[in-house]
Amino acid sequence: MAYSDKVVDHFQHPRNVGSFGTSTDVAKRTDVGVGIVGAPECGDVMQLHIKVNEQGVIEDAKFKCFGCGSAIASSSLATEWLKGKSVDEALTIKNTQIVEELSLPPVKIHCSVLAEDSIRAAIADYRKKNGMVADSATHAATH
Amino acid sequence: MALKLPIYFDHAATTRCDPRVVEAMLPYFSDKFGNSSSRNHKFGWESEDGVELAREQSAALIGANPKEIIFTSGATESNNLAIKGAAEIYAKAPAGQTGRGHIISAIHEHKAVLDPCKRLQREGFDVTFLTPGTDGVITADMVAAAVRPDTILVSIMWANNEIGVINEIPQIGKLCHDKEIVFHTDATQWVGKMPTDVERDHIDLLSWSGHKIYGPKGVGALFVRRRKPRIRLEAIIDGGGHERGMRSGTLNVTGIVGFGKACELCQHEMDHERERVMKFRRKLETELSRRIEVTQVNGHIEKRLPHVTNISFGFVEGESLMMGVKDIACSSGSACTSASLEPSYVLKGLGVGDELAHSSLRLSLGRWTTEEEVDFAIEQIVAAVEHLRLMSPLFDLHKEGVDISKIQWQAH
Repeated sequence: MAYSDKVVDHFQHPRNVGSFGTSTDVAKRTDVGVGIVGAPECGDVMQLHIKVNEQGVIEDAKFKCFGCGSAIASSSLATEWLKGKSVDEALTIKNTQIVEELSLPPVKIHCSVLAEDSIRAAIADYRKKNGMVADSATHAATH
Repeated sequence: MALKLPIYFDHAATTRCDPRVVEAMLPYFSDKFGNSSSRNHKFGWESEDGVELAREQSAALIGANPKEIIFTSGATESNNLAIKGAAEIYAKAPAGQTGRGHIISAIHEHKAVLDPCKRLQREGFDVTFLTPGTDGVITADMVAAAVRPDTILVSIMWANNEIGVINEIPQIGKLCHDKEIVFHTDATQWVGKMPTDVERDHIDLLSWSGHKIYGPKGVGALFVRRRKPRIRLEAIIDGGGHERGMRSGTLNVTGIVGFGKACELCQHEMDHERERVMKFRRKLETELSRRIEVTQVNGHIEKRLPHVTNISFGFVEGESLMMGVKDIACSSGSACTSASLEPSYVLKGLGVGDELAHSSLRLSLGRWTTEEEVDFAIEQIVAAVEHLRLMSPLFDLHKEGVDISKIQWQAH
């Protein structure tokens, strides 16, 4: 199965790889939302960090991903799309948009689902830290 | 000499057909095109001569008599014929009943052995699938412990296709002969690479295929012992009674001629080839383990084939690793590379955790592998693992001293 050019591009030149600190550091920061979804035994783990300013806009986003090329590309793309969006706007990002943008084949749709889950998990974490009512998305991995 | 990319490091999947094999086959397409069963004209005779030479060449490679060679379409068919064919003949009760006899195999066999065994399970036979130790080896002691008074067949592969680990074959064969149990071995990865002698090694039935030994695809053979003891098989394919009635169908003369030639070349060249690829395999393992932390060679470190290695690189996923080593054609035990989306059942069978199974690469070397290619592969793998670890949240946790196995992940 050949990968689409966009997947290859994101794989070779991933955007916004990184984090806003160690897991202990970011757990304490109220301006950072952390989403970790997936499991090593399933072959993919996505970690998304979002930095939200006082206006509720995602200023910056960083990802790390253990997974196949499509999983890496999905999370890389997600960080690009998140930057500059308000938290509410970010929640409108759907996995189907990621599938379309990266031309993911059916067998790789779960990678895009994981990316959407990581967005929801990071936002839920941010809202919880700031005493806002978490929405229905409670996908965060429990450490 | 400039390297030709991509490099082929997937010889356990299939091999390039040796040009000398192709040359031997060519006349049998359009010139010597006869049906080897045509007994009354020259066309038939010359095809038959080609087939009989191939039968001698194949038998010589494994120390058998040419009359003991049955040509098939490949190792999958050979395994099916051996297992189903023997079970049917040596069954303790007729079809339709239960308690038809006991069969011993292992959980990390090739699907071409597992699936026939599972079918027999549904058809009234009892099958024990042995679990190897963490080194992947099936020992004679494990088989001995599983033998029952009604055991009729043991099928254990000689060497595993994913990890290259070698089972205790002569010892298992001896045990089966002592207990008068039919012994089959799927030797697809073994024959042509390692010296084989069905007499010395106590083999009753042995499967192998052409395309793993620099021959053509679509042709293989089954050795069926003729004396001490004489093994009988129920045919799966009925028809003109070819191959002593065990495998009907007009013989694939061209393929068989190529198969024979491939066997002959292996017999002459295997000693030299084995030493060469063993040196390369060791270099791959030593260098990759030295330069990349948290690297594990899967399976027994000594008891394995010279040309196959299976290595897990912690914290990186196998499919993305293969994408990273784009100039190296190889395989992975990762779920994403299989149709089932399950990580390698072979690695899981050894007790390699799912996570490390997802992180594995199988590299298999061959007749034309060069040291330059090995050096190039080492550099590209090191670079790819580094690239992926920079992105890996698991590698971060590892560096922070977090035990990943203790984290409660939310599976999806």
